[in-house]
Order: sequence, then C-alpha cells, then structure tokens
Amino acid sequence: MHSAADLTRILVQTDDFDLGQEYARLQQQPDCGAIVSFTGSVRELATAPLLSMTLEHYPGMTENALQQIVEQARSRWPLGKVTIIHRVGTLQVSEQIVLVLVSSAHRAAAFSACEFIMDFLKTRAPFWKKETTAQGDHWVDAKASDAEAGQRW
Amino acid sequence: MLKVLFFAALRDQLNTAELNWPASAATVAELLQQLQQQGEPWTSALARPDLLCARNQAFCSPHDAISSGDEIAFFPPVTGG
Repeated sequence: MHSAADLTRILVQTDDFDLGQEYARLQQQPDCGAIVSFTGSVRELATAPLLSMTLEHYPGMTENALQQIVEQARSRWPLGKVTIIHRVGTLQVSEQIVLVLVSSAHRAAAFSACEFIMDFLKTRAPFWKKETTAQGDHWVDAKASDAEAGQRW
Repeated sequence: MLKVLFFAALRDQLNTAELNWPASAATVAELLQQLQQQGEPWTSALARPDLLCARNQAFCSPHDAISSGDEIAFFPPVTGG
C-alpha cells in the first residue's frame, strides 16, 4: 500500500514543468485506468499587449492549501496519484502556469477530481497574478465566475 | 507579539509586507480594527469587504481568536491557476 503522502505530489516553483515526465509518474499504477491532466497557461489580454505576468504566493500556506484541496478530492473520489505543479515568478504569454494530473481506476472520478481541484485552487490557494502592460502593472481581480465554480461542488 | 503579513495588491497599498504587532487583540477582527486606527492608507485598504484572512497559514474567519506568536495574514481574493 502507498501512503497518501507518496500518492500526492505538490510543487510550487519558478521552473517550467514537463507534462510528459509528470504523466509518466502516474502511468505505472496497475490499479489506475484513467489519467486526466489540465494545464493552464498565460493568455494574451483582449485590452492591451501583455508584456509579462507575475505570480506571487504565500510560501508555506500555499503548499498547505493545495494539500488540503487534494485531501478533499480524495474524500470524494477514489483517486490514485495526484500531482499539482504551480509556477510563481514572472512568465511570458503562452508559458505554462499550472498543471493538475489525476489518476483513478475510472475516468469519471479522474475528470471530476481534476475539475474540482482546479476550481478550488482558483478560490482557495493563495496565489495572485499581476499583469504588466505598456501602461504599467495591474493586479488581476478575482472573477465572480471562479467563485461560482468553486461553490457548485 | 503577532507576525502580520500582507500580500499582493494589499501589500502594495499599505507599502508593508510584514510587521510585528502587540498581541492585545482577542480576535482577527479586533486586530483589523487596531491596524485601521493607524489612519490612511490602513483604514480604507483594510476595509475592503472581500478581504481574506489566514491564521497560522490556514484560512480563518474574522471572529477567530488569536494568541501571541500567531502569524496572521491579510490578502485580497486569490487569482492563481
């Protein structure tokens, strides 16, 4: 038996991540028949060219918050390995920000848990985005749609 | 003493990331009041209705009790992912 600690991998880092490498970590589990992945990346703005995006977090609390979100997901669905990697620091358009990988015996649990983890990460993990355009720096406001997505579970 | 932290837009508005504060407040809400009594920009920056707080690195409610040695953080709604 694996302990939950072996099954959950949480990283907050400035470095980029490799989906293939992370996927391979989840693949060698005979009892898992489904792996769902989500990657989020920096999108250009509708209003002005985005020069860069800077992500700040609350070191210490961030890791705890992500761990709790995964534990909540595990209490709802039977999950195998779960990986969350979230980048911080300054990123350019199209760079990867976040990766969530979830494995389970069947696809329904893996799909649901991946979406649940992202919805909760968006509202319960202490990260903040700041956009830099030619007009200067601007902290991104929280979206009502994200709060609603977190409340539907 | 309390260790009080501020993040993101709130830190910029207050021009303060961290401060040590006497642990005389019984609750997070009382601490907020004490901080706001410093005048502007504290009064208005900490009055935002969507302000979030954490006690010892876990989300908390303004009604939660605090004690000396706690790390209390205030921040705007999160925007990661």
